[in-house]
Amino acid sequence: MILVIAETRRGELRPVTLELVTAALGLKEAAGGRVAVAVIDADASSFAGALAVAGVDEVLAVSASTPHFEAHHTQRAVEALIEAEQPALVLLGHTIDSMGFGSAVAARLGLGFASDVTAVSWDGGPIATRGAYGGKLVAELDFPGHERTLLTVRAGAFDPADAAGAEPAVRLFDVAFDPPLTEHIEFREAATGDVDITKADFLLSIGRGIEDKDNIAQFEELAERLGATLSVSRPLVDAGWMSNARQVGQSGKTVQPKVYLALGISGAVQHLAGMQKADTIIAVNTDPDAPIFGVAHYGAVADLFDVAEALEQHFA
Amino acid sequence: MKVVVAVKAVAALDDEAELVDGDTAVDPDGLEWDLNEWDAFSLEEALMLRDAAGDGEVVALTVGDEEAQDSLLACLAKGADRAVRIWDDALEGADPLAVARVLAAAIEPEAPDLVLCGVQSSDAVNGATGVAVAAHLGLPHVAVVKRLELEAGVATVERELEGGLVEVLRIRLPALMTIQTGINEPRYATLRAIKQARDKPLSELGLDDVGLDAARVGAAAGARLRRLRHPEKGEGAEMLDGSPEDVAARIADIVKERMSA
Repeated sequence: MILVIAETRRGELRPVTLELVTAALGLKEAAGGRVAVAVIDADASSFAGALAVAGVDEVLAVSASTPHFEAHHTQRAVEALIEAEQPALVLLGHTIDSMGFGSAVAARLGLGFASDVTAVSWDGGPIATRGAYGGKLVAELDFPGHERTLLTVRAGAFDPADAAGAEPAVRLFDVAFDPPLTEHIEFREAATGDVDITKADFLLSIGRGIEDKDNIAQFEELAERLGATLSVSRPLVDAGWMSNARQVGQSGKTVQPKVYLALGISGAVQHLAGMQKADTIIAVNTDPDAPIFGVAHYGAVADLFDVAEALEQHFA
Repeated sequence: MKVVVAVKAVAALDDEAELVDGDTAVDPDGLEWDLNEWDAFSLEEALMLRDAAGDGEVVALTVGDEEAQDSLLACLAKGADRAVRIWDDALEGADPLAVARVLAAAIEPEAPDLVLCGVQSSDAVNGATGVAVAAHLGLPHVAVVKRLELEAGVATVERELEGGLVEVLRIRLPALMTIQTGINEPRYATLRAIKQARDKPLSELGLDDVGLDAARVGAAAGARLRRLRHPEKGEGAEMLDGSPEDVAARIADIVKERMSA
């Protein structure tokens, strides 16, 4: 059996869940022929319709005792589900919520475990593929000695399953919760600026390679000259040089412009998650092994300042 | 206020890094070591909390071979009071759950008020070790913290969610948190502090010193590395060659064509 742990936030099923369902259905026969999706939410049963994917055998609804995700409660619920259902494989999204409890479940129950997995196959048990050395290499992992394995799967690694099937059977699954160990105060949107980079057709995106805060002005000018909107990768926001409103990536915005021109962005996984669906990606970086070249359509190993200077001449 | 900061020396591949041992490891000559970027932020947060409390101790702790020594010295130079390095050859290539088991065994006798870890390491990018340590220690935990305020033993923290959303929550100490980059501005060590770091206590422990042995660490491991390989090429970018002027001319052509399409 494969157990998928759904992710919900503020009443919505998060998209990674249906991607996990795709991953699970691909391994269903090999892993024992059954796929169940567990929803841990204050209103768990209400998500059955969103999980109406042909091949999903059952929805396990755990009624959460807190209105929002609470890491220790979800951990407790997932442990109880694994102990009761004995799945060979448990799939979670490699998301911020899962990072708060996934490895704790694996450590406590002694499960096989890998995180940020990008592909899974089966050979007597799961075999997981993930990045190594900052994504410059690919690692293949197996889980000898483990009857049960928990994997957190990278968002976007699988296409979402089509939830157009018949609504699956819902089984209520009771969990005895202790009092929660954290207290939710509020959700807050990070500061939004006067710019919406998700609406731009052409993004000029700069990263760590610009080296200094004083250099930002020249790229603001270049963007204007090119008719592009300026966006940035995380390090420039972390350094306090640019507002979060312009940040592309997992913790910033997901963008899909016609052209994404990346200067001095190496392409951390979290950044790629936010821009890899752009129609045309052009990357300039001094490191020939920069991961961004793996998703770019055009790349150049060059000094970004030289290229930027020469580029100006082409846009009057 | 006693804070233990679990840190890691991360390995960056240089251009000529070669795979060895049946493609299960990288030739050490092709690796460059440095303190993990996330850990510079978690260390800074620990130092600030200690200094705000007016007393206490920051202990930097790592699982690593002698390549990790410089990273620990860097922590001492930035202001950690002491450092601990745990190593055994059985830990070579250890997965995050095995490392978490060792870290937890070393942290437990320290009985800290707070354990801080980086969200992830820049080389393995597991995002898993810290929370697994919390599981072993039975500590409440929050992952991916981008703001932390402490008052009377209760921390108010901001958890960074996807898409620019933040959750504000409260948690009582003792606890473990994984710290996101950008939470603070990590200090640089002065040359004087770098010299003085060598006089600060740095203990080197083996597995038996923390009550473990190779078999128990092996049993805690969650995965085995079958092999490493280079990513498949071909799907990658079409490379634009020539001078910066040539590259710029091609980029300009591509941009103009796509934007008018």
